Amino acid sequence: MDANFLITTIIGTVCFAVLAPVIGCLIDGIDRIVSARMQGRVGPKLLQPYWDVRKLLGKDKVAVSGSEDTYIGLALFFAILAGGIFFSGGNLLLVVFVITLSSLFFIVAAYSTRSPYAEVGAARETLQVMSYEPMVLFMAVAFYQVVGTFDTSGVFLLRHPAICTAWGAFIGLCFVLTIKLRKSPFDISSSHHAHQEIVKGITTEMSGPTLAKVEIMHWCETVLFMGWVGVFFVFSHPISILVAVLVALVIYLFEIWVDNNFARVKWQAMLKWAWIVALVAGGLNVAVLAFI
Amino acid sequence: MGFASKSPWVIHYDASSCNGCDIEVLAALCPGYDVERFGIINTGNPKHADIFLVTGSVNEQNKPVLQEIYNQMLEPKVVVACGCCACTGGVFHDCYNVIGGVDQAIPVDVYAPGCAVRPEAIIDAVVEGLGVLEQKAAALKENQKKGA
Ligand code: SF4
Repeated sequence: MDANFLITTIIGTVCFAVLAPVIGCLIDGIDRIVSARMQGRVGPKLLQPYWDVRKLLGKDKVAVSGSEDTYIGLALFFAILAGGIFFSGGNLLLVVFVITLSSLFFIVAAYSTRSPYAEVGAARETLQVMSYEPMVLFMAVAFYQVVGTFDTSGVFLLRHPAICTAWGAFIGLCFVLTIKLRKSPFDISSSHHAHQEIVKGITTEMSGPTLAKVEIMHWCETVLFMGWVGVFFVFSHPISILVAVLVALVIYLFEIWVDNNFARVKWQAMLKWAWIVALVAGGLNVAVLAFI
Repeated sequence: MGFASKSPWVIHYDASSCNGCDIEVLAALCPGYDVERFGIINTGNPKHADIFLVTGSVNEQNKPVLQEIYNQMLEPKVVVACGCCACTGGVFHDCYNVIGGVDQAIPVDVYAPGCAVRPEAIIDAVVEGLGVLEQKAAALKENQKKGA
């Protein structure tokens, strides 16, 4: 690890910490409006997620466990760090591990409250991590096979976008994205909006400012995952960045559509299908790439 | 206007009575009235809620439950009594087991009368509650400044 890498990562992380919550908040706002329209409603204002978080920050500070807030703080930090590494051209495999670390701190925060509801949510979140992790690793490997390096900056040297040869991994990623974004049918650890899942799953005991941090973390995660989607479309031509942003937008709209049209499944089905898709789409893609 | 009144998350508890108001509350939260326009979200978790909608009269059985939910909610919080039963005990006021309205168990900020209370009245009461919520948020901020 040289000093150059360290400086770009730090700059990237700081930029991500500033920009990602803004972009993520807007995406969330659009998400809620589009969802409402799909349900024949007008829906909230675009800035509603921002207002929610500001309100949560202004609420009284109460915590069941003294360490909960620290764990959530670490989860948020690692989510931002993962985004920083990714968007500053760093190692994709490292990004995958750092964002998983963030999820683990989130899970530990829920367990630390000792609430039965939060524990159910935390156990289910663990299952979600188990479900999507193989596919995410396959994605990183396929990326390496196509680009020749784990560094995301490598895509700018490509003559064709990675999607040309790694479309299997891309389809697999789109599938597990629903789990990662905690959208229906895979919103089993916690659920958004009016519906509930065993009260509020993993976030049951998180309240006020702590919950606000969780929301901000989700915004950062959303931006990072959209980056993963987009990276498949970037190559040496500058216009490809625009294409990548558009594709990420389309995929996100598709996720909203899925969210609104599918009922929640049991965790067994989630685990089974996520692994089947990972092995078929991701595994085959990696195997084929290994031979050509 | 502060942020407290822009994102009021509600929790709903049916204390007792005929369930008429209970159904009206759910009706008000249905897509037809689209309360999410005002940032209102129905949560099942007192720790996430700002506004407590209570329907039905209070008796010895549900008094501790009501108080427990109220205590789990974080300041600033507002309680809205929905329906005559929740306001005063209503038609059940002289039942042998009924103590009276919700204010016999926890402090109530807004009363929404009606038997059954109409969804429009509930939405009105919640909007009225937003003003109270805003005052309480300002008071909390003041106290936090002094305290910390
Ligand atoms: S106020 Fe009327 S409708 Fe409402 S719970 Fe009481 S009896 Fe039922």
